[in-house]
Amino acid sequence: MSDRFHTVVCKVENKAGVLARVAGLFARRGFNIESLAVAPTDDDAFSRITFVVDVESAPLEQVVKQLDKLINVVDIRQLDPTTAIQREFMMITVDVAPDDRQPVFDLAEEYVAEVLDTGANDMMISLSDTPARVDEFEERLRPFGISQIQRTGTVGMAKLQP
Amino acid sequence: MTNGGDALIRSLELEGVEIMFGLPGGAILPVYDPIITSSIRHVLVRHEQGAGHMAQGYAHATGKPGVAIVTSGPAATNMVTPLLDAYMDSVPMVCITGQVAYSAIGTDAFQEADTTGITMSATKHNFLVSDAADIPQTIHEAFHIATTGRPGPVLVDLPKNIVNPADPSSHFEWVEPTAPDLPGYNPTVEPDLDLIREAAAMISAAKRPVLYAGGGILKARGADALRELAELVGIPVVTTLMARGALPDSHELNLGMPGMHGNYTAVMSMQEADLLVALGSRFDDRVTGKLDGFAPDAKIIHVDIDPAELGKVRRADIGIQADVRLAMEALISAIGSTNQADRSAWRSHLSGYQEKFPLVYEDSAPGDALKPQFVLERLRDGSPEDTIVTSGVGQHQMWASQHWNFEHPYTWINSGGLGTMGFSIPAAIGAKAGMPDRTVWAVDGDGCFQMTAQELVTASMERIPIKVALLNNGYLGMVKQWQEMFYDERYSEVYLSPDLPDYKMWAEAMGCHAIRVESPEEVDAAIAEANEVNDRPVVVEFRTDPREKVFPMVAAGATNSELMVDPSQTDKLPGGGH
Ligand SMILES: Cc1ncc(C[n+]2csc(CCOP(=O)(O)OP(=O)(O)O)c2C)c(N)n1
Ligand SMILES: [Mg+2]
Repeated sequence: MSDRFHTVVCKVENKAGVLARVAGLFARRGFNIESLAVAPTDDDAFSRITFVVDVESAPLEQVVKQLDKLINVVDIRQLDPTTAIQREFMMITVDVAPDDRQPVFDLAEEYVAEVLDTGANDMMISLSDTPARVDEFEERLRPFGISQIQRTGTVGMAKLQP
Repeated sequence: MTNGGDALIRSLELEGVEIMFGLPGGAILPVYDPIITSSIRHVLVRHEQGAGHMAQGYAHATGKPGVAIVTSGPAATNMVTPLLDAYMDSVPMVCITGQVAYSAIGTDAFQEADTTGITMSATKHNFLVSDAADIPQTIHEAFHIATTGRPGPVLVDLPKNIVNPADPSSHFEWVEPTAPDLPGYNPTVEPDLDLIREAAAMISAAKRPVLYAGGGILKARGADALRELAELVGIPVVTTLMARGALPDSHELNLGMPGMHGNYTAVMSMQEADLLVALGSRFDDRVTGKLDGFAPDAKIIHVDIDPAELGKVRRADIGIQADVRLAMEALISAIGSTNQADRSAWRSHLSGYQEKFPLVYEDSAPGDALKPQFVLERLRDGSPEDTIVTSGVGQHQMWASQHWNFEHPYTWINSGGLGTMGFSIPAAIGAKAGMPDRTVWAVDGDGCFQMTAQELVTASMERIPIKVALLNNGYLGMVKQWQEMFYDERYSEVYLSPDLPDYKMWAEAMGCHAIRVESPEEVDAAIAEANEVNDRPVVVEFRTDPREKVFPMVAAGATNSELMVDPSQTDKLPGGGH
């Protein structure tokens, strides 16, 4: 991912319309949200929204401050890629006849991906890894013919203190 | 047992609401029934936009939150402009809107609008209440949000079923609201004292400093602190369009208004400053002109309660997030008797500018049309010193800000950030309703007047005797000025006609006392007559010279150093002028 991609994590009140408020601030400035993941936290009064946005740092800083002003946003942080662990989950279906599957199994083994299902002419595989590794795995599967793909968007946490 | 409608009115009473401005309709109908017996005065407006601006005028004049109440759909959309206006100018207000029944939301029901969606970016916060039992707490939180931190408008959308006593879903057992439960909202108000000490040192050492006073000072009730700070350090002050009155215009340190139509000294003081102390001001583009050329040598101390303002436009050398009154008080004690740099040269340099470039206009020749600036000066001198002035948007607004002498805070109410034509009459009604013992003059343009004049009917009916100085130049004058100066005098769709409508007849039809003034000799008598009338609104229509332009002026895209002065002063500019 290029330098223009930034990961912002916010803890918000788990209430109707909060995602729209957050997304609205990006939309207003014409910032494209590259990926988005939302789920409740351990306390179900709050959710965590993780988004990756494609924008220069300076305008992003302003949006982060604006987001922080939203009444329903409790906490907001930019994840520094050098001190954060980021993960993304992907499910992917490739078109491979039973006789040609060995290379795909090999690749899955190399990436520690999981084969979830096999059909008459296709295979379903999942991978959870860094967004870059997920990109890479997707590229390596492309020659086999991808028929479906779903990615969750990045989530992340700061690294623990050693 | 209570119901949502009764609970709403009781909640408003608990917040100390004395007056609200509104207009009923289907979805809000049940709430209007308990209004009959409530202690809260309701002012019935003629258009919901008026209700919003009245709430703003009331809030600005009194310091208390303004309240507007309207129905769903078109009424809510009519409220969007005042909400955004209040948001841009940080005016505390609470707006109650009716909504279709909760189960009907999203079905294109009659008079349904996605009010919380539409107003999301026009409010500090909004609520869609789904449960009647949540009304007391939500109203309490709405007032808390509107009035704390950086003030602003909050909207509460109430589905009909939860306020309608005929609907079982409106019934609940009343519970007193508790402290707001807003985990994401904790505005910082106390300044960081280390930063205050740094700022105090920077101020004390500055040779050419300027205090750049913004509307936040008034919101923070900080006028006294501003005066004390300015006098302690002997630093000149500019008061932005939103801060007029924060320091008396007669104060020797007050340089007046900076910005696009600011006076020469105020604008140039910022350009030449080595330090700008921004106090509750936000480096608006109307103040800075072209940003690259704004105050090129100045270090910046920026105090604002809203952290998103710090560094938004101009990087601050010291950024202090705090209530600006508390920050100024902390600065005063941190500076104490610290030696101040010698600024006598700076002050005499600036008074040189004041002498050379005062605000001027050419008096009308005998028999010639009335000058708007003359009208405003006579109005100022013929009205009580603590008169509250509201204004519309356009040339008349700039002239009012320039030529009035604001000696007290909260005497100037205008639409600064949004620039909403039609603001003055409803804002004046709200201000007068909140401050019935004060004289309230709405300075209006003919274009603006035609946008909200119907609220004079409200003023007549409700016996809120405001006064309107209508500067009728027959044009959308400010736009005409731009077309004259920057579009080769090609006038496109700016002519209104001074005679159509007949403003005197119109004003009389709305229950006002009306006077038409066409020549300079009639001005004083008309003003005296208007100031005598206190049993109904007055409209004085001044037929003014349509050729008059607002100067000084910084053209759009120009730097403030390229300020254009009145043509009669051009030859005094360094280098013969621009
Ligand atoms: C609602 C709205 N529409 C348009 C404008 C753009 N605008 C700014 S000033 C102005 C002219 C105002 O005319 P008038 O009220 O006669 O005032 P004047 O400039 O002549 O004093 C216009 C159209 C605006 N500010 N607000
Ligand atoms: Mg006009």
